[in-house]
Amino acid sequence: MSTTTVILAVTLGLAAGVLAGTFGVGGGILFVPALLALGLGQVEAGATSLLAIVPTAAVGVLRQRGRGVLRPKDALAIGLASFAGIEVGIQVATRLDESLLRRLFGVLLLVVAAQLAVQRLRHTRRYPGGS
Amino acid sequence: VPRLIAIGLTAGVFSALFGVGGGIILVPLLLLLAAYTPHAAAATSLGAILLTSAAGALLYGLRGDVRPAYAALVGIPAVAGAVLGTGLQHRLSGRALTLAFAGLLAAIGVWLIAG
Repeated sequence: MSTTTVILAVTLGLAAGVLAGTFGVGGGILFVPALLALGLGQVEAGATSLLAIVPTAAVGVLRQRGRGVLRPKDALAIGLASFAGIEVGIQVATRLDESLLRRLFGVLLLVVAAQLAVQRLRHTRRYPGGS
Repeated sequence: VPRLIAIGLTAGVFSALFGVGGGIILVPLLLLLAAYTPHAAAATSLGAILLTSAAGALLYGLRGDVRPAYAALVGIPAVAGAVLGTGLQHRLSGRALTLAFAGLLAAIGVWLIAG
């Protein structure tokens, strides 16, 4: 891998971390493109991204602690329920054509980008529920 | 609880399919289906992501698809970024930051679809 791609990967990694701290996501949405740029296949990039998310999300959780907004029982219920879904996701991901999976991921990014832009451009923003 | 299980299952499929933590889908689902506030949704989502991504990395790892050196290459800067992120959050305009992020994602999305 060239110096340029390593710098790109480190920069995207750093940006992913900043986003994780700011928006409450794990950073995978930027890890996957960075890993693809480094030459990994789509399935490998996704699998490797999941490992990179673990420490990033752990830092996020530690920083949230004490603010009283994390609901541990709910997080545990969702996390445990996700295990069954993961197996389904792996089976689908490893059977799909990699270039199709890559395009689907591209579509996902466009949807998230549009959703973020629309939310932000609205002046009055309302949330369901709330307290 | 049944709603939380449905949310978890959906996030798990998404996570393993695309290699993301599932926060993209968890945060909106918690807001819409579980009447969470945005802050509680972001924080609780991170807790669930931790479990989901660890399980996903383990299961993919057993298949031999995980590349640990590459995970370190993006993961270590990300940990530094996550520490910085919370500090920067208060200084950057939320609106400008969100729009810049949206622009970056759109550009990457186009690159992936076209490439």
